[in-house]
Amino acid sequence: MMTPRRAVVPVLLLALLIVLPFLSVDIPVLFGGPLDSPGTLNLLALCLVFAGVALSYDLLFGYTGLLSFGHALYFALGVYLPAIAVTEWEWSLPAALALLAVVAIALPLVLGAVSLRVTGIAFAMVTLAFAQAGNVIVQTNPGGLTGGDEGIILNFDPLPDFVVGIVNTKYLYWLALGYAVAVFLIARAAIGSSAGHVWRAIRDNERRVEVIGLRPYPYKLLAFVLASFLAAWGGFLWLLLIGVTPEVTTATFTLTLLVMVVLGGTGTRFGALVGGFAYTLLDNRLRNLAGEERIQDLPDVLRVPLSEPLFLLGALFVAIVFFAPGGISSFPARLRSLVYRRAAKESAS
Amino acid sequence: MSTLVLLTITGLGLGALYFLIASGLSLIYGLMGVLNFAHGAFITFGAYAAWWITTHVEASAEAELILATAFGLVFGAVLGALIELVFIRPLYRRPIEQVLVTVGLALALGALVFGIWGADPKLFPDRPGEEISLPSWMIDTTTILGARIPNDRFVEIAVAVVVLAGLTAFLRFTRIGLIIRAGVENRSMVTALGIDVRKTFTFVFAVGGALAALAGVLSGIYFSTVDPGRGTSLLIFAFIVVVIGGFGSIGGSAVAAVAVGLVQQYANYYAADWLDWSGAGDVAVMFLLAGVLLLRPEGLAPKVAH
Repeated sequence: MMTPRRAVVPVLLLALLIVLPFLSVDIPVLFGGPLDSPGTLNLLALCLVFAGVALSYDLLFGYTGLLSFGHALYFALGVYLPAIAVTEWEWSLPAALALLAVVAIALPLVLGAVSLRVTGIAFAMVTLAFAQAGNVIVQTNPGGLTGGDEGIILNFDPLPDFVVGIVNTKYLYWLALGYAVAVFLIARAAIGSSAGHVWRAIRDNERRVEVIGLRPYPYKLLAFVLASFLAAWGGFLWLLLIGVTPEVTTATFTLTLLVMVVLGGTGTRFGALVGGFAYTLLDNRLRNLAGEERIQDLPDVLRVPLSEPLFLLGALFVAIVFFAPGGISSFPARLRSLVYRRAAKESAS
Repeated sequence: MSTLVLLTITGLGLGALYFLIASGLSLIYGLMGVLNFAHGAFITFGAYAAWWITTHVEASAEAELILATAFGLVFGAVLGALIELVFIRPLYRRPIEQVLVTVGLALALGALVFGIWGADPKLFPDRPGEEISLPSWMIDTTTILGARIPNDRFVEIAVAVVVLAGLTAFLRFTRIGLIIRAGVENRSMVTALGIDVRKTFTFVFAVGGALAALAGVLSGIYFSTVDPGRGTSLLIFAFIVVVIGGFGSIGGSAVAAVAVGLVQQYANYYAADWLDWSGAGDVAVMFLLAGVLLLRPEGLAPKVAH
């Protein structure tokens, strides 16, 4: 449990995030418009969705030590399945979401059961292969269901009014905030449970877990299903915020999730949340920056790399791995040790 | 019958590309334990380097192609060696971080290609004003058992066979090859015997980079274009080939590359007809991988470089 004192900052932050759509404050560099403008709220909602999705990936990678290259598949499931159900089959929204809930457990259960029979790099490759099969299915548009490169134009009729239209962006924002908070609470409960302890033991030394007399397999499968299930709901929010785009099925998409988690700090309480949020924000700001005149007027040597957000983020990621392996969430501790060392040096002299 | 022959030879041509990429990946993983995601960048950069040189010279089609291939090869080798020296070497003993760095490099370099040359495919080789840019004998077809097969497929297969023979001979008959083979089998033992295995790391990366770039150039011939997504799309199949063939095994990679290329072509043709769906070939390969891993988790070959 969090002690009351340690809970103060997160609770204050959460309160701030809840009232944020009412704040007409301009934050110049970070956001393009005031906080309560639809564009900014949409971006913030996306940041929160990825905070949650990154945390779901961290359950696998950071807590259980499973390097999956197929997490995009389950996110994409949450994007495509409700879209197809509502648009192509003309289902009602509750029916579509019920279907998503069932499939988001059944599919990772089956695919996880198969992929977890191998470990390490082989596991990474099998998950990559399954996700790639998903990508191929989406791209090749079987039976005209997925729309191929074009994606699907969502049928908004069965959706409640409050998730449709630009004026209602704040409701989507709260929905995204609710998602991030829910993922955080579920992940925290799961990590604190006895299964969560076994996950970390598997990450540290799988052989030892077996020697103690536990079978790692069901625990790993549980982590896989839970993480995939949580990611699928992030996908559903992406559907409401952005729409259906085939890019969510690519291997690159999973790699960006990995980048988010490592950027924030793996296996830490807030690391993945911070990483997912920061990555999405940076990606968006860099994209806007690329279009600005002062970048476009630069000579090619500077302009080309500066107008490719993924280049800058990839380079930042390499720098983090090299110089700050704990990610952003290790910064306070690093700063503290720096200050202490200086203070110690001064008192010594 | 003629369809089967055509599919088989096209599948072998594709398998040849997979083999060139997979052999480097497999040696790097076998020796250093690094799953090199940046390998896709070697493919793409090699292909673009070859394309770029053809935009700067005017010569006969054959001469341009040979020059382009040589330039791409050297570029890939230098890029591979540089990446090993600058990014991989400092992280020695931190294998997870090594993989993460290659992931970051793959994203960054991929975006860089996109930024420099744009998203549109480029005709390869670049010979403005010419009706056909490849040497004409490569475009011609040879008739085998009633199947008309474009001659460039034979070039790809021949290159892969030469590389396979060369690599095998190199690993078997040279001292550095011996160290690599021993390092793949048991790195700590080789180090304990007083041989610095790390010296071979840069070399293996350079060879891997060169072979990946060669695959990039050949893919330019195969598809007659180069595009920024080429590396990533070929890399995924090369990964599958490496896993099926067993890490560190050149022979295993060759067998698996042929199997993957053929399965992809056959499934694409026969299942696409039957299912009315063009993704069947790729998905069949994914299931081939899942099936092989479930039956033989260590891949087809044991972990020995031969």
